[in-house]
Amino acid sequence: MPIHEVSLIRPENLHTQDQLVVDGVDVSGHWSTFIQSRAVTDYNEAMQDEIAALPGGEHVHRCWQCGSCTNSCTVNAINPDFNPRYWIYLIRLGMEEEILRDKDIIWQCVSCNKCTYACPRDVVPEGVMKALSHWMELKGHVKKSPSMVFDEVFSEQVFERGKIEEGRVMQRFFKRTGQSLNQEWLIEMVKRMLRHLPVTMLTKLGLATLVAPSTSRWSDARAAIEEYVHEQEHKRRRALGLDGLIEAAKQDAEPAAAGQGARP
Amino acid sequence: MSAVKDKYQKVAYYPGCALEGTAHSYNRSTQQLGKALGLELVEVKNWNCCGAMEVKNIDPKLQTYLSSRVMATAASEMNMDVVMAPCNGCYHNLKKAEYDLAHDPASAEVVDRLSKKAGHATYQAGQVETIHALDWIKQGIGEEGLKKRLRNSLQGLKVANYYGCMYTRPRHIFPEKDQGPGSESTSKPHFMDDLLAAAGAENVEFPLKTACCGGAHTLSDSDTSTKLVLNILRAAEAAGAEVIATECPTCHSGLEMHQVRAEKKYGQPTKVKIIYFTQLLGLALGLKPKQVGVHENISDSLAFLKEKGLA
Repeated sequence: MPIHEVSLIRPENLHTQDQLVVDGVDVSGHWSTFIQSRAVTDYNEAMQDEIAALPGGEHVHRCWQCGSCTNSCTVNAINPDFNPRYWIYLIRLGMEEEILRDKDIIWQCVSCNKCTYACPRDVVPEGVMKALSHWMELKGHVKKSPSMVFDEVFSEQVFERGKIEEGRVMQRFFKRTGQSLNQEWLIEMVKRMLRHLPVTMLTKLGLATLVAPSTSRWSDARAAIEEYVHEQEHKRRRALGLDGLIEAAKQDAEPAAAGQGARP
Repeated sequence: MSAVKDKYQKVAYYPGCALEGTAHSYNRSTQQLGKALGLELVEVKNWNCCGAMEVKNIDPKLQTYLSSRVMATAASEMNMDVVMAPCNGCYHNLKKAEYDLAHDPASAEVVDRLSKKAGHATYQAGQVETIHALDWIKQGIGEEGLKKRLRNSLQGLKVANYYGCMYTRPRHIFPEKDQGPGSESTSKPHFMDDLLAAAGAENVEFPLKTACCGGAHTLSDSDTSTKLVLNILRAAEAAGAEVIATECPTCHSGLEMHQVRAEKKYGQPTKVKIIYFTQLLGLALGLKPKQVGVHENISDSLAFLKEKGLA
């Protein structure tokens, strides 16, 4: 099946006029449709480096645009707008505005790794999708995706106790994303789950949700992990130039607070 | 017929978080299968989460550390050579950590630093071999060994074997696969097919063996997952399967959950049963459905198994 490809000539860039005179010549009905000329003035020249500084994006520069990733993509098969090859192209060119058009679907990568399997250049497109999702959030272009909230809820429990308990992860995730547990399919699923279970088993499951399973003597590992997470967060903000922005904002705020007025 | 591997007769068992929760039936059936086949499992002491997809998304090197701690415990505290993980996620992550530690000095440095701070031995690449439950049965017992121990048969059971994503992709973390006759294939895996065929099952030609069920976003992007799962269930039914055999708790619960969701939310019911391969093999060895936890599955297959003379 041919891959649906993206065109930069979008309907909103096509202008058709019924009556049109160009340089004194009436071209109505003949040459009446024009593509709006476009000049890209807002390249982010650092974009490839920014993506490469985030985990998973390290090898984005290797891409030679063969399209194997998009061709093998699970999500592309159900949504043709999900196009890893195109996004990698835009990252390498630094066309930030263009990539932001797809900001609400990039997080939907299911990490099936078919792209990584197919890629002849070891770009690890799956990693690039994760790096790009992180980049969107760090730069403030999108709010946290449900997937990111899930990763955080899950990881918090692992860091805290060494292990997770699925019921607790699910409850916290639903709460944090504002979803109700009272959904027909969920209730039906729980009913089917409990259908044949003996009482002793139910008690055991109930206890697991009260007393969270944990790895013993975990506190040292937890401290080491937390320190590392903190250090990495700082490193990433710096790589994206976000620390500089925060500094600049502070400096802007200080003279104003001291009554010296805005800087020129 | 290759010789069975002696070192698989006694292995360190890493069940992982899911097998202590929603996939209890996979845990139960794996242990019962080991017992019935005379293979010994020694649970990894005080194990922790492998990091799963979620910690990898936050920071891949942290996932490498978490997985390495499990392998370090098996190697240094238990003196074991082989770690067996029935969960595709755990199996994948241990393999990935093994690969990264052998090939990426930066990962090795982070793991060493964190291990020292946490106060345990640093795992060194090559100390243990990580295998999946499929390798364990296929290479620790083999088809011939299995046939000798059969007390019942899966004859007449039409099965689609579903392996999912993390058992075969990406290829580079599984250096033992794609090594010619006898080895597992990453494009057309067959270990589960081989074992179930040895137990009498009729494997259907199933094109979606390694398709994705959307497990990573089973709750965070449920509509996508339901679409992907429904596609797998329908393809299995179209291929003539009565049962989808699974070998991963995330795939298994994803198929079960979205089978219900497709039915309740979109009015798209499917009939195919979803059963762990360890449960099917256990039944063929004469174990009772309760012993292999059939009653713990959401997908209700008790009546169906009775009809087939397996319960």
